[in-house]
Amino acid sequence: MNFDFDSDQKALKDQARRFLADVCPLSSVREILDHPELTHSEKLWSQLGEQGWCGTAIPEQYGGLAFGYVELCALAEELGRAVAPTPFSSSVYQFAEAVLAAGNEAQKQALLPRIATGELIGTIAFSEGPGVLRSEGVTTRFENGALNGQKIPVTDGSIADQAVVLASHATGTGLYLVDLKQDGVTRQSVATVDPTRDAARLRFDHAEAEPLGDAERGLEQLLRIQDKAAVLLAFEQLGGADRALEMARDYALERFAFGRQIGSYQAIKHKLADVFTKIEVARANAYFGAWALSSDAPELSVAAAAARVAASDAFWFASKENIQTHGGIGFTWEADCHLLYRRARQLGLVIGAPRDWKRRLAAALEAQRDAEKTAMGAL
Amino acid sequence: MNFEDSPSEARYREEVRHWIESNAPDLSVLSGEEKLAWHPKRREIAHQWQVTKAEAGYACISWPTDWGGAGGTAIEEAIFNQEENRAGLQFTFFMTGLHMLLPALLEHNQDPLSLSRIPPAIRGDEIWCQLFSEPASGSDSAGVRCAAVKDGNEWVINGQKVWNSGAHIADYGMLVARTDPSLPKHKGLTVFWLDMKTPGLEVRPIKVISGEAELNEVFLDNVRIPDSQRVGEVNGGWKVVISTLMNERAALGSGTGLSWRDIIDLAQSTPAWEGSVMDDPAFREWLADYYVNVEAIRLLSFRTLTSLSRGEAPGPASSAGKLLWSQSTQDMTDHALDLLDHYGLIDDPEFAPRDGAFQHRFLWSPGLRLGGGTDEIMKNIIAERVLGLPADIRVDKNVPFKDIPHGR
Repeated sequence: MNFDFDSDQKALKDQARRFLADVCPLSSVREILDHPELTHSEKLWSQLGEQGWCGTAIPEQYGGLAFGYVELCALAEELGRAVAPTPFSSSVYQFAEAVLAAGNEAQKQALLPRIATGELIGTIAFSEGPGVLRSEGVTTRFENGALNGQKIPVTDGSIADQAVVLASHATGTGLYLVDLKQDGVTRQSVATVDPTRDAARLRFDHAEAEPLGDAERGLEQLLRIQDKAAVLLAFEQLGGADRALEMARDYALERFAFGRQIGSYQAIKHKLADVFTKIEVARANAYFGAWALSSDAPELSVAAAAARVAASDAFWFASKENIQTHGGIGFTWEADCHLLYRRARQLGLVIGAPRDWKRRLAAALEAQRDAEKTAMGAL
Repeated sequence: MNFEDSPSEARYREEVRHWIESNAPDLSVLSGEEKLAWHPKRREIAHQWQVTKAEAGYACISWPTDWGGAGGTAIEEAIFNQEENRAGLQFTFFMTGLHMLLPALLEHNQDPLSLSRIPPAIRGDEIWCQLFSEPASGSDSAGVRCAAVKDGNEWVINGQKVWNSGAHIADYGMLVARTDPSLPKHKGLTVFWLDMKTPGLEVRPIKVISGEAELNEVFLDNVRIPDSQRVGEVNGGWKVVISTLMNERAALGSGTGLSWRDIIDLAQSTPAWEGSVMDDPAFREWLADYYVNVEAIRLLSFRTLTSLSRGEAPGPASSAGKLLWSQSTQDMTDHALDLLDHYGLIDDPEFAPRDGAFQHRFLWSPGLRLGGGTDEIMKNIIAERVLGLPADIRVDKNVPFKDIPHGR
C-alpha cells in the first residue's frame, strides 16, 4: 500500500518542477498567447526531447527510457502545473500509445524511436464536427490505400508530422497512420479558446495512409487509447488545478479590503476550501488511475473515466474561482488567471467532454455491478 | 503508487477476513427497526461481538497489551476495521470511547484507578460518551461555561452539556469544564472523566428529525468528583480536547453506510419513463459525479493507511474526507427518494425498499454535516491549517472568559 509517488519518482518530479519553473515561466506561455502565429514553444519542446521526457514510458527496444507510467504521470502533473505550451500530450499520451497498443513491429520500429527523442511529433484525429463522436458520424473514408475527408479540430494538427486518423471503410471504422507532410493533406490553423495549444483542420485528398491495428475495431481501439490518455491528462489537470489554487491563495494573502487580508474572510476561505476538496477528489481518483495504468489492471476503464471526470471538474472549478478571488484584475488579459481558465477547458474537452466520460463511467459501473451480481448468483 | 497490500499485509487481511467470516454475528435476526444504530437488540449483538474480538486479540489491536489491547500495529488495526466494514459490522456504541476518549485518557492520566476503566471498555462491557458541547458552545468549542470548582481534593461541577451521543446508555463520560474564568477562553479549561451515575447528573434524551433519541442533554448539579479523575493538567484541557476531536474527524471521514452499489441496485429495480431508472441519462450523469466523490473517500482512507504504515499521523487534510462523506450521503439519499418518485415518500419499513434505509438516512444526513465539526468548521480547518489563510478575527481572544460578551 502506497498512496503516493515513491522516493525516486518524487525526486524526478521535484527535478521536473524546478526545470519547468526555470524554462517555462508563465511569461513564456503568454508569448504563445500573444503571438497567434506561434503554435508552441519550440525551445521547450526541444529541451523536453533532449531530456528524454517523450520516451518516459516507451520501451527501451523502441528507444525510450522505459521508466513507466507512474513516472510519466509525475511529469504530466508538472507540465500541467507549468501550463506548458507543447504538443506533449498529443504526441506522447495519444500518438505513441496508439502505435504501442495497435502498431505492428515495423510501425513501432519506424515511429517510436523518433517520438521518444521529440524529433517526430504525432497526434490523433477523430473529431469531424459538433457533438458526440459516433461511428455513423465518421465520414472520412479509407479506400484503396487512400484517405479522403476532413477532421476538425485536430489538436497540434498544424505542427504534427504524423497522425493517427479514425476513418470508415466498406465494413466498419479503423485507425490509419497518415504522414501529414504529403501533398494529399491540407492543414488550416483553427483558433480555439486556448491559443497556447495548437489546433487545425486537416483535409485529406487521396492522402496515402496505412492501417494501424485491427481495421474492424477502430472505434474500440480509440476508446482504449483514450482511457490511457485520460489518466495522463488527469495529472496535467491536477497540476493545473493546484497552480490555480496556489495563485488564488497567494492573492488572498496579499490583497487587502476593508482593512484586512481578503483571505481572512470566510467567503474566500470557504470557497478555497471547496477548491481544495475537489482537488483532493481529483488527486485520489488520478492516483488510482495511475496505479491501474501502470499495472494494466482490469479496473482501468472505471479508474480512467473517474480520474477524467474528477480532474476536469477540479481544474475547471479551481480556474474559475481563481479569477473570482482575484476580482476585476483577474478578468484582465494582463493577469495570468486566464491562462489556467483556458487550459482547464482545453484539457477538459480534448478527448471528449466530461459529459461523455460520465456516460462512460456509468456504463462501466453498471457492467461491474452486473458482473458482481452474476458472480454472487453463481455461488 | 500501489493500492495493493504488501505480502505481510495481505496475509494478515486473509487471516482476519477468514476469522471474521467464521465468528461474525448474524445480523439477519434483527428486524428493520432493530437494525437502527442505537437499538438495544443491536447493542446486545455489538457487545457480544466486541467480547469475541477482545478474546481473540482483535479489539484495539494497536493498543498495549497491558490495557487489554493486542499490541499490534496501526496498519493491522486499520486493515481489521476495513474487513469489519466489508462484512457490514459497524457498531457505533464503542467508537466514542475507543477512538476518541480513551486514547486521551491513556496519554494524559497516570492514575491506576482511572486506567483500570480501559480493559472493560475494550471488551464493550462499558460504554463511554463525550461531554464537550454546550448550548452556547457548539462550533465555538472552547466557549465552555460548565464550571468546575476545587473543594479540597474534589471538584464540584455545575452546568449543562448537549449533543452527547449515547449519554443515555453510557457508563462513563469525559467532560470539559471551565476551571478559571479569569483566563482567556482556551486557557482556563480542564478535562475530567466521571461515572454517569454520579449523584447530581441527569441525562435527558433529545429526539432528532430522524426520530431517534441517541443524542442527549446532560445536566450537572453540584456533581462531585475526585481530583484523580482529572485528565491532563489543570487549565490544560484544550490540548486534550483537540487530540480527541482530531481522532473523531479521521474516523468520521473514513466512510460508512450505503454505497454506489446500493443506489445502482435501487435504480435497476425502479421503473422510469422507459426501462428502469438505470437507463435515465440524468441519473447516469449524477451517478458518475456521486461515484467519484465516494470513491475518493475510499481512496483517501488508503492515504491514511499509508501515513500509518510510515508511522505518521493523518493531517488536517482528513477534514476534506469528512466534508465529502456527509455531503455525499445527503446527496445520495436525496436522489434515492427522487428516483422512487411518489413512492419515495414512504419510510415505513414494511413497504419501503431496503426497510426504508434510504429514507432513514435522508432524515439522518443533516446531522452528519453538523456532528464532529460542522461543514463550516471543516472548511475553516482546511483554509487555515492546510492552505495557510489567516484565522478569523477573534474579538474574544486574550480576553478573560468572564468578560466575553454573550447572548442568551
